[in-house]
Amino acid sequence: MSTWKILVERLRQGHRTAAYPDEPPSLPDRFRGHPWLEPARCPDGCRECIEACPTDALRLDGRGLGLDLGRCLFCPECSAACPAGAIGFSGEHAMAARRREDLVVHGELLARAQALEERMLRLFRRSLKLRQVSAGGCNACEADVNVLSTPVFDLGRFGIQMVASPRHADGLLITGAVSENMRLALEKTYEAVPAPKIVIAVGACAISGGPYAGHPEVLGGAGAVVPVDLWIPGCPPHPYTILEGLLALLDRLPTERLQVVATVDPETVRWGRERAEHALRYLGADEGRGIQNQPPSTERKP
Amino acid sequence: MKTMANGAAVPLATIPSLDLAAFREAVIGARGRGRRVSSLFAAPRGDGLTLYLVLADDDEGVLECARAELDGAELSSMTEAAPEVHLFERELAEQWGVAPVGHPWLKPVRFQRSRRAAPGTPAPICGVTDFFRVEGDEVHEVAVGPVHAGVIEPGHFRFQCHGEHVFHLEISLGYQHRGVERSLVGGPGKRTIHTMETLAGDTSIGHATAYCQLVEALGAGRATPRGAALRGVALELERLANHTGDLGALAGDVGFLPTAAYCGRLRGDFLNLTALICGSRFGRGLIRPGGTGFDVDAAQLDELRRRLDAAARDVAGAVKLLWASPTAMARFEDTGRLDRELADELGLVGPAARACGLRRDVRKTHPAGIFRMVHVPLSTAESGDVFARAYVRWLEIERSVEYLRAQLAELPRGAPSRPVAPPRPEHLSVALVEGWRGEICHTAISGADGKLAVYKVVDPSFHNWMGLAMAMRDQQISDFPLCNKSFNLSYCGHDL
Repeated sequence: MSTWKILVERLRQGHRTAAYPDEPPSLPDRFRGHPWLEPARCPDGCRECIEACPTDALRLDGRGLGLDLGRCLFCPECSAACPAGAIGFSGEHAMAARRREDLVVHGELLARAQALEERMLRLFRRSLKLRQVSAGGCNACEADVNVLSTPVFDLGRFGIQMVASPRHADGLLITGAVSENMRLALEKTYEAVPAPKIVIAVGACAISGGPYAGHPEVLGGAGAVVPVDLWIPGCPPHPYTILEGLLALLDRLPTERLQVVATVDPETVRWGRERAEHALRYLGADEGRGIQNQPPSTERKP
Repeated sequence: MKTMANGAAVPLATIPSLDLAAFREAVIGARGRGRRVSSLFAAPRGDGLTLYLVLADDDEGVLECARAELDGAELSSMTEAAPEVHLFERELAEQWGVAPVGHPWLKPVRFQRSRRAAPGTPAPICGVTDFFRVEGDEVHEVAVGPVHAGVIEPGHFRFQCHGEHVFHLEISLGYQHRGVERSLVGGPGKRTIHTMETLAGDTSIGHATAYCQLVEALGAGRATPRGAALRGVALELERLANHTGDLGALAGDVGFLPTAAYCGRLRGDFLNLTALICGSRFGRGLIRPGGTGFDVDAAQLDELRRRLDAAARDVAGAVKLLWASPTAMARFEDTGRLDRELADELGLVGPAARACGLRRDVRKTHPAGIFRMVHVPLSTAESGDVFARAYVRWLEIERSVEYLRAQLAELPRGAPSRPVAPPRPEHLSVALVEGWRGEICHTAISGADGKLAVYKVVDPSFHNWMGLAMAMRDQQISDFPLCNKSFNLSYCGHDL
């Protein structure tokens, strides 16, 4: 075949690498990103969303209704069950956290994950090699990690690369609920990574066991075996959610986004929209562009 | 044998109970009668077990079901006479402690504890088994996994080699075992549909559809016409995404990067079409009992059609480069060849079976849902090698695109879903769905309380892993990535 044909096809296929993070990601209208809660709308004593949640991500605690993003499957069941439109999902893709407990939100926005401490940042900011370990993952998280290496996301331009051996790696990226049968392999792989090393848990399974939480066949996530430095929620997380988490960890995102306040007054703020506007502002985009998800209507599904 | 259609439910009492000899004869004689084993499993019955057999008759488009009671701890193995049940028998031995006497290859399947084991019995250690070994001065063994070099699920592969030449590959799985089937008993519960969507996450639509067909049948209901059509759209989008990704990965494995790069991107474009419908690239939340959890409006349909056309054009451009590259084709052709007879004996399904000329496609031979109304042509090849498995995928991409164009142009009107009654007590239902890897077979039996008493999942990979091992015989070890990708089997779908 002539090289000419390949070149013509190359021109026809065009340049496809997204401008992220300089521009906001392109996400589908129905994308279920960072959940929003407006507890002020909750009818007294209502537990519909808590009952509907398949993974007990929603709980009443001392601060009211809390949602654990680490357990959340981002399924539509809670918002469909809510009679008052008090819970739903925004189009916000960013939701990684450095500490497990930070993933429980009560109506506030999840702050951007803090970057690595200085010494680690010096080592890894411009070159991070990761060994991926699937330990009971369903191949959805794995697929959306894999896709980061395609031309659209082009992970290599950030100096991040998935490598073949733990001995070549600076850390592990773990998916899956960590089956009993993978425990030993995961421990050995972790040991084989030279120190200093980091661990990133991707997806509901790797954070909490996901839909398999409580099964005796699994350990309920990566934290049961190794110390975790970054938690990225989702089932599976959107590739942009994973990328945002990695870039936040390496301090590679555009600056000037405020560390978001801990709580937002639910009476006055429709913060699903607010959150999206925040995201757009820190990404330097025009106001009003790309705000995709509105709170759903209060009608129940048939 | 009880004859039933795909997606039907029948009272458990109508399933004939054979004596063990007749049951054996039904399994062993299946191939001679033009049947193949879709599922073979056991369920507890007091201290004993009941064996269930589901045969598929692809010519008549019907399923046959029978059962037999097994009281001892032994079963005379049927594998020598019917190799397609080799893994089913190993599974019986592992899950229920039934010894298939005379099984030629009796090893663990998932390294799980027997469900009849006394409490406190330690689980077997995953990967510790007696691997087949070739002896000799110049023979060497290559062991790979469970953690692989790529971003891929875990499994252990052992090659017996002489230089580059592979005499034998043994595949040992089980690392992904999460207790899926055990957890489904007593359902349907609020986690059931999510378990279906994640038991093999790249086949969320396929497995969720099989489950929904089952619970609809058990509840004497069915999906709405619009819901059924949307399920078909989602199933074909799942096939398009995965087949496109596979062709790209095959090109990447032989170092032909243009197709690898374009198809890597285009796979995502198809996933994004599914996300346009339901917000999730993998179709999470879309397939629900009674139909679909999301509907599409006219503007979304236009957008779907527009983006489908663009992606289809780009896939055609990308894949035609591959077929026109003599160096890539030289690596594909005659690599990892499986002959038709062996594929049939092993009970292969999906593109791997069709690449050997076997006419097996549930959409065509056992249509359910929308595929009863709208037929998709069956795509086959003859050579049974990597090229054939790649080429069948390409043919299916073209046909799925045609199917989607027609479907998106005129979806049935009406609601996307309707309520489904709880399962009727003591019924059995079998649902087959042609996932992108091949036949997905779910079987459910409801108990006297209407809860799921037995739930059996057979992922296409369960039939096909042995096909990969056989395709590697007398190949070069450097051909393994290519052969492996040409099957692209599921680890979690096998391990459950």
